[in-house]
Amino acid sequence: MLRLIKPIVFILCLLPLVMLFVNFYHDELGANPFEVLTRSSGEWTLRFLLITLAMTPLRQLTGSAWPLRLRRMLGLFSFFYVCVHLITYVVLDHFFDWDEILLDIIKRPYITFGMLAFILLTPLAMTSTKKMMKRLGRRWKSLHKLIYVIAILGVLHFFLLVKADLKEPVIYAIILLVLFAVRIKPTFLLKSGLNPQ
Amino acid sequence: MLLKKTTDILASEITDKAIYEERRKFMTSSAGLAAVASLLPLRDSIAGYGGKPLSSTKNTQFDIADTLTSYDKITNYNNFYEFGTDKYSPAKNAQALTTDPWSVEISGEVEKPGMLHMEDILKQHAIEERIYRLRCVERWSMVIPWLGFPLAKLIKQARPTSKAKYVQFETLYRPGEMNGQKRRVLDWPYIEGLRIDEAMNPLTILAVGLYGEVLPKQNGAPLRLVVPWKYGFKSIKSIVKIHFTDKEPVSSWTKSAPNEYGFYSNVNPEVDHPRWSQRKERRIGDFLKRDTLLFNGYAEQVAHLYTGMDLKKYF
Ligand code: HEM
Repeated sequence: MLRLIKPIVFILCLLPLVMLFVNFYHDELGANPFEVLTRSSGEWTLRFLLITLAMTPLRQLTGSAWPLRLRRMLGLFSFFYVCVHLITYVVLDHFFDWDEILLDIIKRPYITFGMLAFILLTPLAMTSTKKMMKRLGRRWKSLHKLIYVIAILGVLHFFLLVKADLKEPVIYAIILLVLFAVRIKPTFLLKSGLNPQ
Repeated sequence: MLLKKTTDILASEITDKAIYEERRKFMTSSAGLAAVASLLPLRDSIAGYGGKPLSSTKNTQFDIADTLTSYDKITNYNNFYEFGTDKYSPAKNAQALTTDPWSVEISGEVEKPGMLHMEDILKQHAIEERIYRLRCVERWSMVIPWLGFPLAKLIKQARPTSKAKYVQFETLYRPGEMNGQKRRVLDWPYIEGLRIDEAMNPLTILAVGLYGEVLPKQNGAPLRLVVPWKYGFKSIKSIVKIHFTDKEPVSSWTKSAPNEYGFYSNVNPEVDHPRWSQRKERRIGDFLKRDTLLFNGYAEQVAHLYTGMDLKKYF
């Protein structure tokens, strides 16, 4: 079953990028296609972060193991999209003007948070192999807890770049809070002795 | 109504000339097809874009060498929060707006307050075509052939008193037709303002059309301000009220984020938006960004308005 699911999910995950390229090629991205490339890749980065975080609760909900088996791939797709996002920023926004980029990172909080999220996500992607998992042992688990911080930074990044309409970042923040809440609950109950088990 | 003078040329006729020539070349080169080709809807490309044509005379005094942004892009990429906060919604949502009848209230420190009807405004003022740059605070820009008349003409008619130091503009508030107003993203109605000398500057116009036709609704029909040396949000759309006052107006964006959007909001590459640099801009359609010019390239006409002012302080 998983053998079938995995490639299907893989293709589904690539679809947003493929569609972006197809629409770009056909000049279907509106008057400012470059802006769409940056924004869309940014949104997909955040979406994949949240989807990745949803796998643990999904496992609990369904009792099936496949969400956890997909988790690594989904997390890597988040990294994949943030790379696309960063490339569009370096090429389309600043065209390799490194001084300007450095200034941007220091001066603009939304860029600072985005960059921080990217820097933290990179080691997670690098250590996502089975080999690294084995080598790092228990430390692997604590390292990969960074995904919570990254997701928070990603949502903050979104909040800080919006001009006036906070609707979308608020929606993402609520989803993130829900994903946190469903995690906190069981241990909280356990600690306070309310858990019947 | 306005009569079309024979000497007048619609902007749409000029810009589509390239397409026109191309089709003509195609037709003549394939002689056998000529008969068929003559049936092709050639008229489309020279008769405009579907809006009501407006006659005008060209005012080339402020012309710039830049190429025009296409009609399609100008009318499908709009910041008009009354019709949604993304730039693609207004083209669709603004079609619900009733722009006829329309009147504009003139009030405050003037000798002749009252209501002006849109038909009268159009009758009283000769319409000029002017090609201006438009620079959005979000770092994109366009070049637009506006049709309009100097705001100064309307102001002179209203006879401002000596207390009229500022002009405040207000956009229509009609949530029934302006679906973006159902959410309080900004403090509706949209307010903008100019110092009276800025308002009287020959560059400042009230626009009633673009590309040879009446203003599309998403671009601020039927009457909008165009102040080309300031960021786009200063050029308030669908105006229903022009108020003369001795107090500096607080514009909607200033109210929403006072540290980001000042009263002046002059285009200035040296003064950053707190969240991004204003040094560069993307001309819609370009791959590479270009340098942003002081006062959007209109320093010659407007720099004198700000002599002695610290533009970083009065941003
Ligand atoms: C995990 C890391 C990141 C996430 C989750 C993320 C997410 C997002 C999201 C959701 C948007 C808004 C899309 C929209 O407006 O619809 C966005 C926009 C943007 N991001 Fe990121 N981003 C990340 C990293 C970065 C990095 C590293 C940079 C550059 C150094 C960056 C630069 C930008 C820029 C320039 C925009 C567009 C702002 C605008 O259009 O005004 N982001 N990002």
